[in-house]
Order: sequence, then structure tokens, then C-alpha cells
Amino acid sequence: MRPLRSVTGAVAVLDRPDVDTDQIIPKQFLKRIERAGYGEFLFYDWMKDPEFELHRTPGASILLAGRNFGCGSSREHAAWALEDHGFRAVLAPSFGDIFRQNAINSGLAPVVVPAPELAEVRAAVERRNELTVDVESLRIVHPDGLELAFELDAYAQETLVHGLDDVARTLQREAEIAAFEATYAPRFDITRV
Amino acid sequence: MTKTLFRKIWDAHLVADGGDGPSLLWVDLHLVHEVTSPQAFEALRTDGRRVRRADLTVATMDHNVPTTEGPITDTLAKQQLEALRANCEEFGVRLFATGSGREGIVHVIGPELGLSQPGMTIVCGDSHTSTHGAVGALAFGIGTSEVEHVLATQTLPQSRPRTMQVDFIGALPFGLTAKDMVLAAIGELGVAGGQGHVLEYTGDAIRALSMEGRMTVCNMSIEAGARAGLIAPDETTLAYLTGRPAFVETDWSDLHTDEGAEYDAVHTIDVSSLAPQVTWGTNPGMVAPIDAVVPDPAEFDESDARAAVERALRYMDLTPGTPLRDIRIDKVFIGSCTNARIEDLRAAARVAEGRRVADGVHAIVVPGSAQVKRQAEDEGLREVFERAGFEWRRAGCSMCLGMNPDILQPGERCASTSNRNFEGRQGAGGRTHLLSPAMAAAAAVTGRFADVRELG
Repeated sequence: MRPLRSVTGAVAVLDRPDVDTDQIIPKQFLKRIERAGYGEFLFYDWMKDPEFELHRTPGASILLAGRNFGCGSSREHAAWALEDHGFRAVLAPSFGDIFRQNAINSGLAPVVVPAPELAEVRAAVERRNELTVDVESLRIVHPDGLELAFELDAYAQETLVHGLDDVARTLQREAEIAAFEATYAPRFDITRV
Repeated sequence: MTKTLFRKIWDAHLVADGGDGPSLLWVDLHLVHEVTSPQAFEALRTDGRRVRRADLTVATMDHNVPTTEGPITDTLAKQQLEALRANCEEFGVRLFATGSGREGIVHVIGPELGLSQPGMTIVCGDSHTSTHGAVGALAFGIGTSEVEHVLATQTLPQSRPRTMQVDFIGALPFGLTAKDMVLAAIGELGVAGGQGHVLEYTGDAIRALSMEGRMTVCNMSIEAGARAGLIAPDETTLAYLTGRPAFVETDWSDLHTDEGAEYDAVHTIDVSSLAPQVTWGTNPGMVAPIDAVVPDPAEFDESDARAAVERALRYMDLTPGTPLRDIRIDKVFIGSCTNARIEDLRAAARVAEGRRVADGVHAIVVPGSAQVKRQAEDEGLREVFERAGFEWRRAGCSMCLGMNPDILQPGERCASTSNRNFEGRQGAGGRTHLLSPAMAAAAAVTGRFADVRELG
């Protein structure tokens, strides 16, 4: 996974609530067994509309989205498609829970920004389309002076900043897992079928 | 200290308590299917890792499989199914493959085989994993990186969700179902109302539901944005699980929310005046009773909600003020992990019996598993459906998400017992209305949405 200390770039605005992962990457692209190459299918059906907002900002690396972004299906392909298309951060008032974790695991920062502050960011980038999302210092900075802090739990921050392999991190905790396993007495045995 | 049911299950599975950060949680059952697992197995292979507890991992084929007879013709789908078979062989994972007689939608076969049990933690690379909460398990959907994580470690780093009690009070009127209850709940909570929460469904109306009904309710927890949904086990749970292959009876007397334990939020819904529900928009929260009309965007206060409704009505090709009963349909889909269990098929068959699918309507019934299909055939339901003009198919996810050939054509309108009415969900340009199996059968025989209670 690519580390993400900070991203500076143009912002694409998709001001709609409840954008679901079926829109981000439709089902016909989930049959592939590879992990790369989903960027060209991002928002596949919406992209066919010449008026679709994302056409206005080709090359954007930050997406400013509406509340509950990434709701619905657990398909991590949605995060892969955004990242592969060139996005490194999504700013939204809230995220679908599964998408939020998938984004972190894909090197894409899900940044929660309350709606009023997000409106300020939007106004700023409409004047001048450039923004920095700094995952190390947990700050959003606009060159005209707007600066906002955001929150991200330390574990997620570490994953993103260093591009860590979460599995490797947990495998280092083998002793803890083995200790749990040794004393754990489940009330079921599902190995019989 | 008093605890909620969720908290009891959570605490019993803590490998390491992370406090405010993520804790490391033990996973009792990991369910796997062909779509969200190939990249996870590939990563294990690349990094030289093994599956830590193959004995706690069970795979099936569901999303991609054709529901018509004959070999699979879609080369990509075939490749993905073959990848699952090869991965399961290589890593020693049990696979209920197509043709094994035990295959089916992953959220149907889990409980059906007795794999899903009270007190468990269950994960699967599928958002509708919340279904298994119906047996009193903590069950939630995960992404592919997390699938890899669970395969390699049998654990998952998780921040502790908040809890919400969704209390269904009153008695459900005759002719209404679990689907109507959960659609009404999502209508009230909204599609993000449950975000960050595990919902515990309580109340007399929940206690009165069968296990199939409880699975329908828990299945759609994710449609309210919730992390999971669960129901404390009781006599109904025990009766359902008894005799199933993987089930051994144990003591569950601790598996309930203690008297006085507090939830972070409480939502109460009185079901005694509920009417059958039908969605009119492009998310499951855009729902109304059958006797309502298509809403006017002007009725919505917030500007972004108003814009979303306008957009949804444009996509759905609906005009505000149109009675839902006047909306004509092209297709009917009875199936999915929400509503393809034996009780769902019985409910639809009761409506279909002695009637005919309306002219111009194409209706299919897709059982949730090979076992449900056999049972339905033994009970004569297949004949009822076929006599009425429904197509009877093989088990799979089918038109719920249209990864197999069962899709809507652009502009087609479908009465569907599935869980999502998102734009293009059942096929690009297709228009989906969610409703119960009985209501779907009523729509099939009348050619439009109808109140099943008036069909007699």
C-alpha cells in the first residue's frame, strides 16, 4: 500500500448525500480477480453523463462528497477504484462504516469534516482549486489561509502514513492471539459439517 | 455490571482491548464467497501466509452463479468461481460448491447448516452478513483486506461500535411481514441512522417473528447504515437450530441484554398500525405504505434531501402525487438473502396459487439455497409458481445485484424482494421497488403494486 503522509491537489466536488458503492463501482466490474485497474470504471454509469460533476475537474486528487458517502455494499473495489483513479483523500460529513475501513486499507484517507466546515472548504476551492490534506498533522490547508483540523484514530493514521500492511502488524501479535486461543472455550463446534 | 447483548459478545471475543482505539476481536466463523475473496487469497499466496483456522472458515458460490440450467457461459464469472475452488483446495477451506446440494446464498446457508449460532462473532466479505444476527450473533460485513486479515489471523482490529435498541412494540397486523417492519424502520431511521451502531431488535413484534422473519429484519440493518443487527436467542431460535448439521445445544441463558443495561440510543416503532411497505426511490429509506402516493420533493425540508428526492424520482420516472397502486411493473424478482427462505416462498406461493402472472410481466422465483429449493419442491411450491406463470430457478444471489445473467434492461421496473433499490443495482437503468414476498406476488398477478390484504 502506498504511504500517504499528505496530498496536495485539485478538488472534485460531488455534492450528493448517500452515494452508494454500487455507483462508485458497478457490479459488472467485481468479477475480476485482480486488485488493480478499477480506476477507469469509477462511477461508470454516472460518467456517461457529460454533465456529471466529476468531469469538471479532471486530475483531481481530493474528493469532496456528501454525507454517508460509500454506503451500501462492502465491495472494497469502490475504494480501489477511487485510489486507482487518482484520489488520495475523500472529505465528507460522514462515511459508510465498511467503506471507511476499506478506504484506510487501500491508502485512501476518509476524512470526516462536519457539513458547515465542508461548505467553507468548498467555497475556498471554488475560488482557487487547490487543497492540502495532511494526514501526519491531521490538518486541511487551503493556500488562501483556510485551515482546519480533523480527527482520525491513531491506528488508522499510522496505517495510512506508513502504508502499513495491517495483516503483518497483527501477525506480530501472535503471542496475544495464541494466548487467547489457548483459553478460549467457545460454546459451539462448527467443524462437524 | 449490567451489559447489553452486544457488549457481552464483544467482551467474550476480545483478544486485546484497545480502549478508545481498535480492539483485536476473535472471529468464530468466517464465511467466504467468490466475489470478495480472490484478492485476499492472492495476497496470502504472495506473502507466503496460511489460513490460520481453516476449520472456522466456510465458503460457498452464490453471487455469480447462473440460475438457469446448463453450464456457466460468462468467462469472467467462471474464472472467479474456479479461483474460489482452487483457493479453497490450496488453503484447506471447506467449500459448498454449486452442485454439492448444500450451496446457496452465503447468508441463507449459514443459519441453514447450523453454522451461525448464538454468541458468535461472524464476518463475511458481504454487507448483508448482518443477517446472521438473527440467531443472536454479532455478525458484520467486511472488505477484502479484512477478509485477508481474518484468513491470516482469525482476528480483526475493530473499534467498538455504539448500541441502539430498535424496539418494535404492538402486534403486527394480519398480512404484514418482517420486511414491512424493517422497511418502515429504515424509513424512520434513514439510510445513515444506524451508522456506527449495532442495532438490537427487541419487542413483542420481534419475539413473534419466525427465524426467517428475524433474518429478514437483521439482513437489512446495513440499509439503515448500521454495523450489525442482532436479536437475543429464545425458544424460536432453539427450535430452528435443533437438528441442523453444525448445531449442538448449549446454555444461552446469559445471551440477553441485562435488565437496566443502557443502549447509546433507543428507537421505538409501533407496528400495530403499519401497512405493507413499497419503496419509491433509489435508496431503501425512500419508502411508503402501499396506500400512499409518490411524494413531492417540496415536502422535504433540507435542500440536499430535496435534491436527492428530485433526482430519485427522475431516475425512477415517477411523478409526485401518483398513487403507488397505479404504478405498473415489468418484472418481479422473488429471491435474495433478504427474502428467499422457505417461509418467504410459502408466503409468495399463497398469493400466486390459483392466479396468473399478469400479461406483459416476467416473474422469477430464485430460492436462497439448494436446500430451500428442494424443500419448496417437496412442498409443491414449484408447481404452484409454475402454474401461475412464474419461472422457477436454481439458487443464487441472482437479480438482487445482477452479477449473473439475471438483470433488468434499461427502463424496466421491477417489484423485488431484495434489499437495495440503488440506481442500476439490478441492471443499468433498471428501476427497483423493494417489498415483501407476498406483496411481490401480488404485484406479479395484478401487474402493478397492490395491497396483498385486498386480494383475499
